[in-house]
Amino acid sequence: MGDIWDLLPGLGDKLAAHVVLSASAIGLAMLIALPMAVWAGRSRIVSRLALSLASLVQTIPALALLALFFPLLLSLRSVFGEGLPTLGFLPALMALTLYALLPILRNAVTAQANLDEGVLEAADGVGMTKWQKLVLVEAPLSAPFIMAGIRTASVWTIGAATLATTIGQPSLGDPIFAGLQTQNWALVLAGCLASAGLALAADNLLWVIEVGLARRKRWMTYGGMAVVVLGILAALWGQGQDPEDRPIVIAAKQFSEQYILAQLIGAQLEAAGYRVEYRDGLGSAVVHSAVASSSIDISVDYTGTIWTNYLKRADNPGREAMYETIREWEQRENGVKVLGRLGFENAYAFAMRADRAQALGVTSLADLVGKAPQLTVGGDPEFFERPEWLAVRDAYGLRFGKTRNFAPTFMYNALASGEADVISAYTSDGRIAADRLVVLEDPKGALPSYDALLMLSPRIAADEGVLTALQPLIGAISVEAMREANFAVDREDAGKLTPTAAAEELARKSGL
Amino acid sequence: MHDTPPLLRFDGVTCRFGDVTAVGPGEGGVSCDIAYGSFVALVGASGSGKSTLLKTVNTLVEPTGGRVLFGGEDVTQLKPARLRRRVGYVFQGIGLFPHFSVAENIAIGPRLAGEKLPPERIAELLALVELDPGYATRMPDELSGGQRQRVGVARALAGGPELLIMDEPFGALDPVTRDALGRKVRELHETLGLTTVMVTHDMAEALLLADRVLVMDKGALVADESPRALLAGEGGPVAQRLASVPREQAERLAAMETPAEGGA
Repeated sequence: MGDIWDLLPGLGDKLAAHVVLSASAIGLAMLIALPMAVWAGRSRIVSRLALSLASLVQTIPALALLALFFPLLLSLRSVFGEGLPTLGFLPALMALTLYALLPILRNAVTAQANLDEGVLEAADGVGMTKWQKLVLVEAPLSAPFIMAGIRTASVWTIGAATLATTIGQPSLGDPIFAGLQTQNWALVLAGCLASAGLALAADNLLWVIEVGLARRKRWMTYGGMAVVVLGILAALWGQGQDPEDRPIVIAAKQFSEQYILAQLIGAQLEAAGYRVEYRDGLGSAVVHSAVASSSIDISVDYTGTIWTNYLKRADNPGREAMYETIREWEQRENGVKVLGRLGFENAYAFAMRADRAQALGVTSLADLVGKAPQLTVGGDPEFFERPEWLAVRDAYGLRFGKTRNFAPTFMYNALASGEADVISAYTSDGRIAADRLVVLEDPKGALPSYDALLMLSPRIAADEGVLTALQPLIGAISVEAMREANFAVDREDAGKLTPTAAAEELARKSGL
Repeated sequence: MHDTPPLLRFDGVTCRFGDVTAVGPGEGGVSCDIAYGSFVALVGASGSGKSTLLKTVNTLVEPTGGRVLFGGEDVTQLKPARLRRRVGYVFQGIGLFPHFSVAENIAIGPRLAGEKLPPERIAELLALVELDPGYATRMPDELSGGQRQRVGVARALAGGPELLIMDEPFGALDPVTRDALGRKVRELHETLGLTTVMVTHDMAEALLLADRVLVMDKGALVADESPRALLAGEGGPVAQRLASVPREQAERLAAMETPAEGGA
């Protein structure tokens, strides 16, 4: 795993972004939690309420908390206007701040409650005002305990900040998510090492401050604080390198195909002299609105996804009509330019083992009708609830003998071992080619199309240079080429490629 | 009895906490005058209301009824910070600030008033409570219990108070330290011309240190006598029950000292 050490130096900008995000969240949490703790120390109700709320927040998984801020901020746009960012730094900051509140608040409240009664009485006895008592007695005596809370919060926050990747905020989660999707373990480990190292460094620095406060060693307290401040300033400086003309930002959702296509698009633009930046591992909903708001410039989306999720349509007018409707809708509603179709579909389909299909004499869904009662169909856990399945079932009158749910990775194993005869699959999935599966035809057109679309944000929609650079991609990528590239990234053996290498291979095969 | 007005006057004071009346349960509350220069002990069992009554003087407790007059002025009308500078407060918990040195602890009252105590004054205050000037730079956790309470007394005296109020000041100390510190405070009371009110549950301490003993029972003032009168059997049943303990102890100790004579 020597390549981890080669990867680490390249994570500098992610590290800087990670530090700035974490430090801002902890700083903001302190600004909220400390006055709240003072208030809680004077009112039992406030204490109860604040601590219960902070605990409640803790029970929400960090990933969900981050994602929840997206719709929240979106709805707040009606108050603050369209300029309110819904992705990236702001929602990440808000979620992480909420997350950091509990340890700081709890320690501060506990520290205050455990202050020596005698000392507090003496403070009153010598004539301190409430403010003097807080500043001269309560705060310095609580400081080591509060610092311990801030330490806990810092370690949590630095860990949770890796999840900010999913809402479009660069962080050390970028290499982790990208590595997980493309099974590039060196990249995952590099991201984990960097974030763990940062957490450890922060923990130790804050420990020095805590000990300095507890033992009243000023050089430790101030020395620790100085290093923390310097670290944050360095990160700010490292991040502040962002010039006015920002690079073109390319999004990738959380699966291999998206990473490969992002690299392919990026290479195409770089060849034309553009600077590009990647936002990897984003949630699907996040990508769509990020392109509309120009926080991301280019994405690859699919007609079927947009059709059901954003146009909220359940009908199937056919492939061409669907494409034209979406193209026009995106332009009108979001100012997003649908440059065109890449040429392949990543649709839901039904796949069978070639030998089994041949034995049963099945080549299309229509052939299955009579044989279905003797067969088992497998699908991913949500498939049998989706409109696509209902459409196929009703269009052909399919009645399978057995219906089984499998995790996507195991569906192919189930098919190989004969536990399922037919499975739901994605048409561009690399394993279709690798396992030499037969994709059943859909003569009635019951399954909606999932044409891969090249989407451009309003910011670059009219940029002639960009359009010219990307035009060759339109219609250039066949489903076979995409499957091969996907498989090259997904496979576990020696033939495994990184998304970048797979993209180069794909470009070569597609004549780009 | 007094020509000058009293330094401290309790005028119909009552203190209620919810349904519980800690001080002044009957009609009219608690009333009494404390003259300049007197050393008054406030004695009673636990829960008799003596600490509560004492704390109305520096407004750590605000009375629900009646008034406390300090030099003729209602204490609740005075600025707490200024009032508490004129009233030195020593209590059982001591309450030295653990993050301040001895010198900083002693100087805190004047510091709050914007005055910086010079090192000579700190040394002088330490000398008053019989501590070496070298203690000025120590931290409270380096001191013994007795030394801490000496610093506590020095802190109470730092602002040059007119009145010293003490709430079980020696309660947590060992008997030898307790006796020494008690005598020291009485001596300071004389030399500095203080007026002192001391709350204690120990009648012996009260009888030996004070020149006037007030006895409280269930929130009411039930006796107001000189030590001599109390020992002579004055002050009513509650006061006598308290006074009988040290008197009998003294008699038993005296009996031990008299050699047993055959056939006596």
